[in-house]
Amino acid sequence: MTWLGPAEWEAVRLSLRVAFWATLLSLPPGIFVAYALARWQFPGKSLLNGLVHLPLILPPVVTGYLLLLTFGPQGPLGRPLEAMGLGLAFRWTGAALAAAVMAFPLLVRSVRLSVEAVDPGLEEAAATLGAPSAWVFATVTLPLILPGILAGAILAFAKAMGEFGATITFVSNIPGETRTLPSAVYTFLQVPGGEASALRLVVVSVIVAMAALALSEILARRIAARVAGR
Amino acid sequence: MTLEVRLRHGWPGFDLDVAFRAPAGVTVLYGRSGSGKSTVVDAVAGLLRPQSGRIVLGDRVLLDTDRGVAMPPHRRRLGYVFQDGRLFPHLTVRQNLMYGRRLAPAARRRTDPERVIAMLGLGPLLSRRPGTLSGGEKQRVAIGRALLAEPEMLLADEPLASLDAPRKAEILPYIERLRDAGGVPILYVTHSVAEVARLATWVVALEAGHTTREGPAQEVLGDPMVTPAGVRAAGAVIEATVMRHHDDGLTELDAGGTPLFLPRVGIAAGGRLRVRIAAQDVILSRGAPEGLSALNVLPGRVAALRQGEGPGAMVVLDTPAGRLLARVTRRSAAALGLAEGTECHAVMKTVAIAPEDVGA
Repeated sequence: MTWLGPAEWEAVRLSLRVAFWATLLSLPPGIFVAYALARWQFPGKSLLNGLVHLPLILPPVVTGYLLLLTFGPQGPLGRPLEAMGLGLAFRWTGAALAAAVMAFPLLVRSVRLSVEAVDPGLEEAAATLGAPSAWVFATVTLPLILPGILAGAILAFAKAMGEFGATITFVSNIPGETRTLPSAVYTFLQVPGGEASALRLVVVSVIVAMAALALSEILARRIAARVAGR
Repeated sequence: MTLEVRLRHGWPGFDLDVAFRAPAGVTVLYGRSGSGKSTVVDAVAGLLRPQSGRIVLGDRVLLDTDRGVAMPPHRRRLGYVFQDGRLFPHLTVRQNLMYGRRLAPAARRRTDPERVIAMLGLGPLLSRRPGTLSGGEKQRVAIGRALLAEPEMLLADEPLASLDAPRKAEILPYIERLRDAGGVPILYVTHSVAEVARLATWVVALEAGHTTREGPAQEVLGDPMVTPAGVRAAGAVIEATVMRHHDDGLTELDAGGTPLFLPRVGIAAGGRLRVRIAAQDVILSRGAPEGLSALNVLPGRVAALRQGEGPGAMVVLDTPAGRLLARVTRRSAAALGLAEGTECHAVMKTVAIAPEDVGA
């Protein structure tokens, strides 16, 4: 990609890396929380539901600040992590955490809808055939909710690529470390003569978003046919 | 292997309180929709936890609320054929069939998949997915899937209820074959008296959440006090041997020494079959009828007479062919002077006997 300058290319690569890890690491807890919200009755269910959706409603700057308070070098979780050499503040890993937190509600909503669409009768049938519940989940529920997981993951990835407010508040805007694509666009727009670079990154953003959407459509259609039993 | 069930469960406005046993063969839980049949089967399978009860299969206690025992469904070793099939849509027919088998320990795998596939006629369907199967095909796969999980008992909750008559006729012989092969005992739920008559070796009648009667099929269906599906569905079952097939489309049976004519049946001469004779299709006559179009006339003696609330009366008749039920008006019963011990003749039109009432 010779038409991208080294600084621009760096921002794109960083964003892809941040979004990839943010999506991958939020999948297991996201699926678990979505399943719990869809199928189980437990005390504190509304609280959990509210907590999951909070980043969707709060101003991103507030979420970023709360992350800084919690995971910053002096924060209750940040201090022990820092001691183990796993500090998140002002590192790209922190950017991935911020992106994951912001994308989490989108993932959970999508997966939860697909869990609710699975007939619990199928899970019962699997149990009567001798399957313990973990096996039922792995062989019946999981394959059937795959389209929802996929849609949620792509939505989360796109959200993570574009996360700005929480990221810049939590991990700042350090070139090569936390200057993700949106931060870079913002920075280029602040300096004279940066419009051309900003515009190139905008083009990259649009291409990545379109590609993600197209990919999800193709995969979802293929899986939907499988799940419908055709 | 006998299943013993005793359970109580209450909802607002409905109380279930049942106790019965299911010996080898096909035990039919027979009652109207809403009588609690499906709840009983779900409790046996472990999909529903009754407020109190005890369920024992052979020497295994599946549920004992007094002792806090409630075995989870996946350890009960029961095959469940649901009304709606519940095939896994993302798996092929073969993968569906093998789902439970793969989970059964090798030591318990006695059933040969190829035999089950052949018996249920599933060979051509193996690589298809459930979405492309007809209703009847789906239920056949569901039966095969349950059988191949190596269950110690098969549960079937109205497995034919969602099918039309031709599909029912397609599947019933498979279940009869299963029963006659003497394999796993079957607990079969239905509101269809025709299915009871064809399949049941043991009948448990369920009315409004209570078991009202249990016993061999002939005995329970021949009992005028037991009409869980309403008096219009009442009818006795008799057993007979096929004598010969006539050229004019009739099959002649030998029922306890008397000939009986049916529309042609697909069972070879010498074979045994069961015929359900609906109580409202039987006409009674004091003298031997003459000049009548009906081909079947059985001499008999009134064993009991039960006056109903309405205009009807149920007459229990002992004939050489077995016990028959006849539903006549109270006026006719009085005009004929029917009472216990009265000699009379039962007259049945051959064409009134529907094909779904005849089975092996």
